[in-house]
Formats: sequence, C-alpha cells, structure tokens
Amino acid sequence: MNFVNIILIPLVPLAVFLLLGIFNQKIKPSVSGYIGVAGLLVSTLLSLNTAYQYFFVNGKADGVYQTFVEKTVWMNFTDTLAIDMGVQIDPISVMMLLVVSIVSLMVHIYSRGYMKGDDGYTKFFAFLSLFSFSMYGLVLATNLFQIYIFWELVGVSSYLLIGYYYTKPSAVSAAKKAFIVTRFADLGFLIGILIMGFYTGTYDFETLNNPEGSAILNWASTSFMGLSVLTWALILIFIGGAGKSAMFPLHIWLPDAMEGPTPVSALIHAATMVVAGVFLVARLFPMFYFVEEGFALNIVAYVGAFSSLFAAIIAITQTDIKRVLAFSTMSQLGYMMLALGVSGYEGHEGLGYMASMFHLFTHAMFKALLFLCAGSVIHAVHSNYLKDMGGLRKYMPITNITFLIAALAIAGVPPFAGFFSKDEILVAAFEHNKLIYFVGVFVAGLTAFYMFRIYFGIFWGKDTKYEHKPHESPISMTFPLLFLALLSIIGGFIPFSEFVTADKAGFEAHLNYPLAAIAVGVGLIGIALAWIFYKKENDLANKMVNFFGPVYQWTSDKFYFDEIYLFITKKILFDRVSAPIAKFDKKYVDGTMVGIGNKTVLTSEKIKGMQSGKVQDYAFAFIAGVVIIALVFIYLWTD
Amino acid sequence: MDFSNFLLMRHEIILLAITLLLIVAEVFIPQNKKPSIVHLAILLFGIHTIIGFLPATDGNLFGGMFRTNGLIHLFKNVLNVGVLILLLQSADWLQEKIVRQNKGTEFFILLFSSLLGMYFMISSGDFLMFYLGLELSTLPVAALAAYETANRKSSEAGVKLILSSALASGVSLFGISMLYATSGSIYFNDIIQMITSTDLTILGMILFFAGLAFKISLVPFHFWTADVYEGAPISIASFLSVISKGAAVFILMILLFTVLKPLMHVWENIIYVVAVLTMFIGNLFALRQQNMKRFLAFSSIAQAGFILLGLIAGSQLGTATVVYFVLIYVFSNLAAFGVVQAISLQTGKENINDYEGLYRTNPNLSLVMMLALFSLAGIPPVAGFFGKFFLFTAAASQGYYVLVFLAVVNVTISLYYYLLVVRAMFLRKSDNPIPFFKNKIYMRLGLLITVLGILVLGLYSPLYDYIYELSGIFN
Repeated sequence: MNFVNIILIPLVPLAVFLLLGIFNQKIKPSVSGYIGVAGLLVSTLLSLNTAYQYFFVNGKADGVYQTFVEKTVWMNFTDTLAIDMGVQIDPISVMMLLVVSIVSLMVHIYSRGYMKGDDGYTKFFAFLSLFSFSMYGLVLATNLFQIYIFWELVGVSSYLLIGYYYTKPSAVSAAKKAFIVTRFADLGFLIGILIMGFYTGTYDFETLNNPEGSAILNWASTSFMGLSVLTWALILIFIGGAGKSAMFPLHIWLPDAMEGPTPVSALIHAATMVVAGVFLVARLFPMFYFVEEGFALNIVAYVGAFSSLFAAIIAITQTDIKRVLAFSTMSQLGYMMLALGVSGYEGHEGLGYMASMFHLFTHAMFKALLFLCAGSVIHAVHSNYLKDMGGLRKYMPITNITFLIAALAIAGVPPFAGFFSKDEILVAAFEHNKLIYFVGVFVAGLTAFYMFRIYFGIFWGKDTKYEHKPHESPISMTFPLLFLALLSIIGGFIPFSEFVTADKAGFEAHLNYPLAAIAVGVGLIGIALAWIFYKKENDLANKMVNFFGPVYQWTSDKFYFDEIYLFITKKILFDRVSAPIAKFDKKYVDGTMVGIGNKTVLTSEKIKGMQSGKVQDYAFAFIAGVVIIALVFIYLWTD
Repeated sequence: MDFSNFLLMRHEIILLAITLLLIVAEVFIPQNKKPSIVHLAILLFGIHTIIGFLPATDGNLFGGMFRTNGLIHLFKNVLNVGVLILLLQSADWLQEKIVRQNKGTEFFILLFSSLLGMYFMISSGDFLMFYLGLELSTLPVAALAAYETANRKSSEAGVKLILSSALASGVSLFGISMLYATSGSIYFNDIIQMITSTDLTILGMILFFAGLAFKISLVPFHFWTADVYEGAPISIASFLSVISKGAAVFILMILLFTVLKPLMHVWENIIYVVAVLTMFIGNLFALRQQNMKRFLAFSSIAQAGFILLGLIAGSQLGTATVVYFVLIYVFSNLAAFGVVQAISLQTGKENINDYEGLYRTNPNLSLVMMLALFSLAGIPPVAGFFGKFFLFTAAASQGYYVLVFLAVVNVTISLYYYLLVVRAMFLRKSDNPIPFFKNKIYMRLGLLITVLGILVLGLYSPLYDYIYELSGIFN
C-alpha cells in the first residue's frame, strides 16, 4: 500500500483549514469556496484510488483482506504501555474513507450555493475542512488513544458548526448541549480506554482484535462485579459510541443540533459523525464478540433495537422536517447497531456485521440526500415547518424527484439501495433473535410511513400560497442531489459481502425472498397509509386518484376505512402512543440531563455563602479542616 | 568541600547574583532611565533560564541539607520558564508603574527572592531548609500582593495572605516538630529509617500537609485564594496560581514519595478525600464567578484537585504525569492570565461580561484565551488533554476507578464554565465591546510562548519520555 497517498487524505483538508483559518479576512469568499471544494476533491480522488488499490489490486492474500498498518511509536507511556500514531487500512476504514469523501465533497459543493452571501462564508468552509480532517483521522486511527483524540476533535468541529449561526440563541444552546451531552458519554469512553489499556497492556486495535491474542483469550482472568473487566471496558466504550451515535438515552442532543446549517446536518448528523459510534463498535467487533460470549454485544443489540423503535415512533409526530430526519437518523443508527449486535463472526455467520456496514454506506448516501433536499426546500420557502410547505413539486422538480428516490430508498423499496442493506439486516436478525427481528420489521413500516408523510406534505398536499414564488435551487445545489440520488439507486447492487465482513474473508450473500417480501410489504403498507392520511387531511383527492389510481380503487370503501384509520392513527397512535413518548422524551430523558445541569448550578449558588471574605472565618475553616482530617484519619479511617 | 560543588547550586547562586545586581542598579541608574531596569531584569533572567537547561550533576551539599538531582533540576527549570513568561507579560505594566509611581525594582527583588525560596524548598534535604525555603517563598509574595498601595483591595489581599500564611506555616511547623519528636532527626534520610505509623506521626504528617495544602490551595485550606487573586495585581495572582502552586506540588510530591512513603496507607486516603473535595468545590464555585480573576482562582483550585490524582498513584508513572501536567498547566494558566493582564492594562476591565464580543474586536487575544481555556478544560488535541489523560491513567493504573470517574465528571462540569467564557468572547454581541488595541512586544512574546507551549507540548512526545525517565528516582 502506498501510505504517502493515504496520509495525504486527512492532511489536505487540514492544510485547507489552516489556510482559510489564518487568512480568513484576506481571502475572497468566492475563492475560499473553491479552495474548500478543491481540497476535498483531492482527498476524494486519493480515497477512491486507495479503495481501488485495496479492494481490487493488492488488498487480498489467500482470499482474505489484509490489515495494513503504518505506525510509529509516539510515546512510551510506561515501560510496558506504548502509544502509537499511524494509519490503519482494512475493509471498514477504506469503506469509511469513501463515505466521508463522497458525502463531504457533495456537501462542500452544495454549500457553495446554500451559504452564498453569508457573513462567515470563509469561516464556514474552514470549519467544514476541519471536520473532514478529524473524521478522516478518526476512521484511519490505529489505536484507542488516537481514535479518542480525533473523536473529540470531531466533537469540537461539530460544536463550531452547530453553533455557526451564533446570532441565534437556540443554535448556541444547541451547540452547547450537543457538546456537553456527547462529552458526558465520552466519560464512559475515556474510562473504558483506561481500563482496556491497563488490563490488556495495549491500545492497538490489531492486537486487541486478534481472536488468538492474549487480550481476547484471557478475558476471564479478571472480573469485577460478576463480569469480566474487559466487558465493563467494552460497555463503557459503547457508552461513548452511543453518545456520538445518538442512542437512547444519550440522543437528546441530536434533534436540537438541527439548528445548524442544513449542509452541516447532512454531513455531520446524517452521514459521518453520528456513525462514528457504529464504526467504533465495528472497529472493536472481535472483542465485542469474543469477550464473555458477547455479553456487551447483546447490550448493543438491545439498545440499538430500542432506540430504533423509540425514534421511529417520535418521528411520526414531528412537524419540523429536519427534526423528522433527525429522529429518522437516530432510528436508522439503531438499525445498524442492532445488526452488529446480532452478528456472528465467521463466514455467513457474520452477516449482521456486513449488513450493518452495508446499511451505514447506503444510509449515508440517501440520508445525506434527504437532508440536502430538505435544505433545498428550506432554502426555497424559508421555513422548516411542514405547515408552510405543500405542492412544491411544481416549483422544484429536481428536488422532488431526488427526495422521492431517497424516501423510497429509506423505505426499503426495491431496487433502491436501502432495500438491499435493510434486507440483510432483517435476515441477520431473523436468524439470531426473533424479537429483534419483529422490532426491525415494525420499524421498517414506521419508517416508510413517516418518510412519506413528509414527502407528501412537502411536495403534494395543500397548495400553499407563497409570498415569494419558490424556485428550484441553483446547479451547485442540484448537482449533489442528482449525484447522491444516483448512488441511492445503484448503491444497493454493490456486492458488499465480498468486501466488508467481520472475518475479512468474504462470502456470498443471497436475497432471502420470503423475508424480503415481508419487509417490502410492510414498507408499502406504511407508504400507502401515509398517502391515505395525507389525502384526507388535504383537498387533494383528485390529484391523488390520478397518481395512485389502482391502489385508490382498491381502497374505494374509503369512508369506512378512513374512519378506522383515523381512529387508529389519530386517537391511538398519535394521542396514546407517539405523543406521550415524544413528551416523555422531552420531559424526562431531556429533563433529567438538563436537571443535572440545573442542580449543579443551584448547588453552586447555595454554597456561595461559605466564601465570606473574613479572614477569621477562613482561619476557622483551616483549623476545623485540620482537626477533622486528623480525627478521621487517626481514629476512624485506619487500615 | 571543593569549589566545583557550588555548581550544584548554580540556580540559587545566579538568581541571588541577579537580585543583588538589580538592587545595585536601582541605586545607580538615574531616575529618567529607570524603566530600562525592566529590560535588564528580563535579559538577566532570560540568560539565567537558559543556563538552567545546561546539564547538571546530582549531589548533596552542607551535610545533606541541600540536595539536587535531575528531577529537582527539571522542577527548577519549569519554574524558571514560568517566571520568564510572567515577566514578559508584566513588563508593560511595570514600566508604567516605574514611570508613574517611581516603583518597580522592588517587584523584581521580591519576586526573585520568593523564587529563591522555592529553589531551596525543593532542594531541601531536611526540614530546617524546607521551612526556611517555605517562608522565603511566601513572605515576599505577601508584600507583592499589596503592591498597589493606592488600591484598598490590594492592601486587603496582602493582609489576608500574610495572616493566612502565618497560620498555615505555624501549623506546618507544629507538624514538623511532631515528626522530629518521633524520629529524633530533621534530616529526611534519617526520618525515612525511623518513621513508623503511630498516632503522633500521623498527626504530625497531617499538620505538615495542611501547610503545603494551603500553598496549593486545596480544600478546605483554599479560602484565601479567591480574595487574594482578586485584590492582588494580576501578575501576582498569576504567580501565586502557577509558580507558587507548582513549587508546592513538587516538594509535596518529593516528601510524600520519599520521607512519608511508610505512611502511604494513610496519606493516600487523605489525598483521595481532599482531591474529591477540591475538584467539586473548585468547580462549583467557578460556575458562578463574574470576575475573571476570581474565576481563574477557582479554576486553578479545581486544577489542583486533578493534580492529586497523580500523587495518589505514588509511582514512577504518578510522578511523571504530575510533572508533565504541571508543566502544561504553567503554560495554559499563564496564557489565560496573560490575556486578562493585557485587557486589564488597556481598559481596566476584568469581568466576564466585559469580554462579550471580544472576537470581533480582538480576534488574536480571544483565540489565545480560547486555546488556554480549552487546554485547561482538557479538550484534545491541545496539551491540557494529554496532561489530564495521563493523570487519569496513572490513577486508574492503581485501581482508583471511582476517583477517576469523579474526576471525569468534574472535567465535564469545568467544560461548562470554560465554555461560558468562550461563548462570551465568540458568540455574544456587545454594545460596548473592548476596542481593538495592539499589544507591546513583550506581551506579545509572552503570549506567543504560551500558545506554542499549549499547541506543541502535548504532541511532542520525547518530552514526556524524558520526564518519565527522570521520574524513575523514586522507585
């Protein structure tokens, strides 16, 4: 492998960041946009070259993809524990390089149109480059310590980008919330790393993940509260991943983070940063799988499944289209987690692992597309709310078609990309855990429903009177839409199982037709329900009839059906299930986190009186402190 | 005793010579040339700092009262670098003082005397030398805290510091006398042989510990900190929070790891409790501060709590991580104080909400401040992150998982208030922002060095390897 090319991939965006950051005032905005795009283009080409070289030329030996590591010892932390810096090339890191490159490049191009005329245009591109650099660093990391540094850097750049509209108080508080909640999760990650380092004597992924290595073979040698210490470390590391990947209950920052500019949401909160948690679990997958017979992996599966369901239900009730997409992202991330959770290791057993990575890849494309479409819509109507939209298909044909493609992809309709990856996930779940399988199928239905709810709401529905006539976005914005739409159509045909697998050996995956039929059926039911519901809500009956003619006839006893349907959706699903869950989320899950913060501030208010300003009081406290410490440690606490 | 032995204490001799030279200069330089004393002092101290880095040998002097080795040498160099940065940042302020109020030289004389005291304290081989060093390092600072004689708050700070430190050193001396009573010697090497875990020695150790805990401002011996920092000139607040604290940490570490090693089963619990209290109290108070100097006072209390995590590890790793952390802390905290100093000097503003909109008017200063706060908060990839991460690893390696957890919780709390300042500077708008101004050359140099330190120290690993190697002497 040519490591010089690979190391350049993160370094080019870093150079762009430094250039734009230092000469912020001196560079014309139009030029800085081109610099940003050019930098990412170089990285993308290098990534494509790397992927080609790795997957097709020299990555394989004896039918197994090799792991290439180029590293130097950065620091000898103690006599036995060294910390390295380097890059690691294996199937998942190469795949992530592609994901980050493609989405980031598209977002860069799109931002040139979307952010046009903005005050801090250059600053924005500088932050985007900083983010791309950190994300590349994260996926290429060779060890836990290195990944943690980039992990935090990604957090910082995300903080800067969410808070980009710094004149908006909600954006600022969202940025702070995102930063602090994920930092809170990172506490777990950090302690997990410390424990891992000290019990295994290494931070290196390659050494840790070796199924015949001492780390995995000796997991039983130490235990703490009934579990192996390594299981604890893995659970703590997973908490860090859950924070970044917005798993329940650490998801509360993600909906608020939608305050950032929409291209940022597409890049960070749909395609790249939020999948870092999934990537982390995948990165340590052999450890998760082998240590204590996969105890920690089970937790991953159930947390993933629950988050997936929870978020899909909430997504139904949201009226801000970006928030629907945010909850949808959370739900799909849950899908990836549960797929990892039910996966085995060798050959076809590792279907879940492969499916998870596959879904990560396809989801990145179609969810980025959805966000960019949403951005295009918001750009046109200047609102995030469904109530201000409707009938936009006439004004924005390209956005309409590309959004529809993405929605079909996420709903799992063949032959769009989401169908293939989702099918593999459901097959894996079906083979290992029926409960999770049913959750998965149900979520598939919900996903199709809420996604088409907003699709119809935006592009069909009522013919809203617009103050300014909306128009299609400029080419710089529609080109990325078309490109990502193309990937959302063909992405599913990539034979992923030959490239990215848990044991790196590759196997043949086949469609499981009965299960695929069930999944597609459930998806179509969701779409149909959305269509009926939004037809009834708006005076669009005739247009709908024309569009969905045969299906419409089939449900022509509509009066009855609608009544039942309305009762079920409105009275039961909305009022009794979804709304309370959304409220629970807002009030308790979010409330607890905010509450902890408020309590801290309150406590600090209460103890303020201790600092009186009188030297006598200080002397008293000093002597009292000495006396208490002496009494305690001489008489009470002696061991 | 042969003459070359004096080379062992070259730090002390050169610094003393510089101090005396400055006294002579004060007398002989005519009034209208007085401001150039600042240049002279900085030049001389700069040379002294560079000489400090020349290789040194280990050895004892005066029958073991004074000792030095590679690690102690490194401690002194760390303090030197800190003082040099501090002098650069104070230069403009001092020149103004000299011109307006005809005072200034005594600043250097007092400051250097205090530093000399710290040298002796760190190098001490017995409790007598230790105590002399401790007093010499404290008393001049009390005079310096009251330096702004026209300002009531400054005088108040001086009085508070002298009263509190008199109490602390009294208590400490009482403790030392108990250790002497049980072991029959004041020499550290003898005490190690004799010390046993009796009630009296434990009491002696606790009293002695209180004296140093006062200097490091550990809870509950921290009360003087905020008032003194607020009232004292910024340079002195900065000196107290960085140099004085660093020196006290070094000597506490030396004593805990050598003389008091037999009592480790007691002091590790004391440190545990004090660390938790210090981190929480420091952070909770910092949340509410409006004045930058008070804010930094509580932040530096909380930082001291983190340092204890390395002390509790009590090993080569613990030593290395503490030294490394203190070094990084010197740069980060001096950067923060430097910005406060620069702004206060130009505008007299010292409150957090005065900083609103600073990024628009003074982008460079706010970037320095942001780096400093990120480093104090421990956000990678700036140096502060590595310092904290290594401290936590040291504590975790000894199995203190709960303590590490509490510390990490505190890191998150601290992040909140550090971000408050960052938010004020970058994200808030102000009707009355601090206008743009250009710093003079010394201040810019002082800030530049700190920024380089913050950016480079964390990533430059040979430095850690070097510290780790030197730290082996305690094993």
